[in-house]
Amino acid sequence: MTDASVNSSEPRRKVSLTETDERTKRRNAAEARFRMYGIAAIAAGLVFLVVLLTTIVSNGTGAFQQTFITTEVYLDPAKLDKKGQRNLDDIKKVSTFGYAPLVQNALLKEVTDAGIETPLTKRKHMKALISASAAAQVRDFVIANPDRIGDTVEFRILASSRVDGYLKGRVFRESVARDKNIDAEHLDLVDALVPLGVVKKEFNLDFILGADASESRAEQAGLGVAMLGSFFMMLVVLGLSLPIGVATSIYLEEFAPQNRFTDLIEVNISNLAAVPSIVFGILGLAVFIQFAHLPQSAPLVGGLVLTLMTLPTIIISTRAALKAVPPSIRDAALGVGASKMQAVFHHVLPLAMPGVLTGTIIGLAQALGETAPLLLIGMVGYIATNFPEGLASGFLDPNSAMPAQIYEWAKRADPAYYERAWGGIIILLVFLLTMNIIAIILRRRFERRW
Amino acid sequence: MYDAPHTERAVSQKDVKISANKVQVYYGDTHAIKDVDVQIEDKTVTAFIGPSGCGKSTFLRTLNRMNDTIDICRVEGDILIDGENIYDKRVDPVQLRAKVGMVFQKPNPFPKSIYDNIAYGPRIHGLARNKAELDDIVEKSLRRGAIWDEVKDRLDAPGTGLSGGQQQRLCIARAIATEPEVLLMDEPCSALDPIATAQVEELIDELRASYSVVIVTHSMQQAARVSQKTAFFHLGNLVEFGETGKIFTNPEDPRTESYITGRIG
Repeated sequence: MTDASVNSSEPRRKVSLTETDERTKRRNAAEARFRMYGIAAIAAGLVFLVVLLTTIVSNGTGAFQQTFITTEVYLDPAKLDKKGQRNLDDIKKVSTFGYAPLVQNALLKEVTDAGIETPLTKRKHMKALISASAAAQVRDFVIANPDRIGDTVEFRILASSRVDGYLKGRVFRESVARDKNIDAEHLDLVDALVPLGVVKKEFNLDFILGADASESRAEQAGLGVAMLGSFFMMLVVLGLSLPIGVATSIYLEEFAPQNRFTDLIEVNISNLAAVPSIVFGILGLAVFIQFAHLPQSAPLVGGLVLTLMTLPTIIISTRAALKAVPPSIRDAALGVGASKMQAVFHHVLPLAMPGVLTGTIIGLAQALGETAPLLLIGMVGYIATNFPEGLASGFLDPNSAMPAQIYEWAKRADPAYYERAWGGIIILLVFLLTMNIIAIILRRRFERRW
Repeated sequence: MYDAPHTERAVSQKDVKISANKVQVYYGDTHAIKDVDVQIEDKTVTAFIGPSGCGKSTFLRTLNRMNDTIDICRVEGDILIDGENIYDKRVDPVQLRAKVGMVFQKPNPFPKSIYDNIAYGPRIHGLARNKAELDDIVEKSLRRGAIWDEVKDRLDAPGTGLSGGQQQRLCIARAIATEPEVLLMDEPCSALDPIATAQVEELIDELRASYSVVIVTHSMQQAARVSQKTAFFHLGNLVEFGETGKIFTNPEDPRTESYITGRIG
């Protein structure tokens, strides 16, 4: 038998090794084709990524700049403190309606002093250039410094979103014809004011740190408070899902007996990871808000819902990390008389730590970007108070979250908000990227060093 | 089944350390160990030989209840160490394993320093009251493990950075650091080269002075070199047990003879 087969293969041996035969050629061609497919797939992925990033950056960077008007406002005592006693209560009685004319006057004075020829010679004409927030800004200043009434103080106030849009190329002369908020004459005036340095586009820290603003004040809105809401939620998620997830995985992986019941639990955990997030949202609404009567829109509730979502991710990655620890390490520990728990906590868990941390951070990043469940539990609070108050409000006061805020902005009519939504996306991506980098660094640091 | 007068003579010479009576081991429905009776003596090296899958490693692992970690594994019968049944409900396997140390087939040092590898057992059992005592235990164990001279200058170096033979001797030193009375070795030399094997075998011979050593091995030459007693397992049965010299020169059972002459296995 053996001899016969050797004989039958004899003729083939005569082919020289330096010549490739037909079969080998076909195999090599197939391999080359497969490599081509792979490279093409990666190239396509990269193209999509580049398109996505350039779109985000080109649409979003504008949001980090804002048009400001620098002007000297005369704090007229006749308007702001009629009694002249500098009594704070009297001063507070003057609403922003009392301040708006002062700001408008100040800008009009800049225009006339500069000798700009414009048909807009009245104080009221200036209103279209100035943000509604300017009056509030001046009022806050006066209440904080009542002794400055009567002085002329330089303010850097926000320009209206139309002016801002004009300087950013979002508002055009053709389009303002249909816009009742602003006229072509206003745009001419802006053109004249820009070289004087009165109207200037500058970096806007308030977009990153500020609070949300009303529909008509797009120029004032910022992501800061929503960021804070997300931060509180992430604290809740981390504080709950890491210990629960790790304890669950250790029990299932190291201690639980293999039976129908644990199999069932395992299948359910895997399935939970695939449950649409909106299902968790409605579950949170029913259980945490309607049944447990936790406050609506609170980061605590948002955090609880996102914990439910993050748990399967953490459990699955932790179990994978525990499985990857060689069983010989467990044997070694048990062999010298360690109890099962000592073996796990002294030897297995430290070795699984990089995997656990990576899974946790990936889970957190996922939770940070989650929107749908937050919409259901009302984590889309409209919070216009700024930082110090927002920071103190903590876990139980209404708040928003970054992705929910972005969604809110994208929904609003003013195109200025559209730009801010893209800007918000950039901030969100920076956070996610940072978290992923931290995961990589932790992985590298804690990886078995020998 | 084996030479009864032989065993009786052995008992009269030395104390019996481990006595197994009618031990059955099941993995689920598989009957892995059938009716094994064996008397293992103190201060003796006992070798378990037999073809792959014959149950010798399984039987070894029943001696310190390492099989407890396998859910489907079930042990019946009695195993007495110093007259106490280790499968008694009151016996804590953790305490048992401190008394019956184990060395595994693949060297498995913890990914920690050489010092911590040795010190781990004494630490969890509270054998040292202070650092100085612990240092003593570590040095003593490494000396008895015949590896002290090679590692004394780098106790902080990772144990996993040693060569295979050194790692295995480190594992033996780790096993004896908890002051066990019995040392189980599951093919301790199968992952080692001949030189490292010779070093480990020499060490086993030295350890005989203070411990009862049970070694599972695939190499009949090794069994002949290091052991005084040999047990031949086949298909879950203990076929023959007796003086090593007798098993290898004049076996009673035809299966033993077939195995040692290379006809089965």
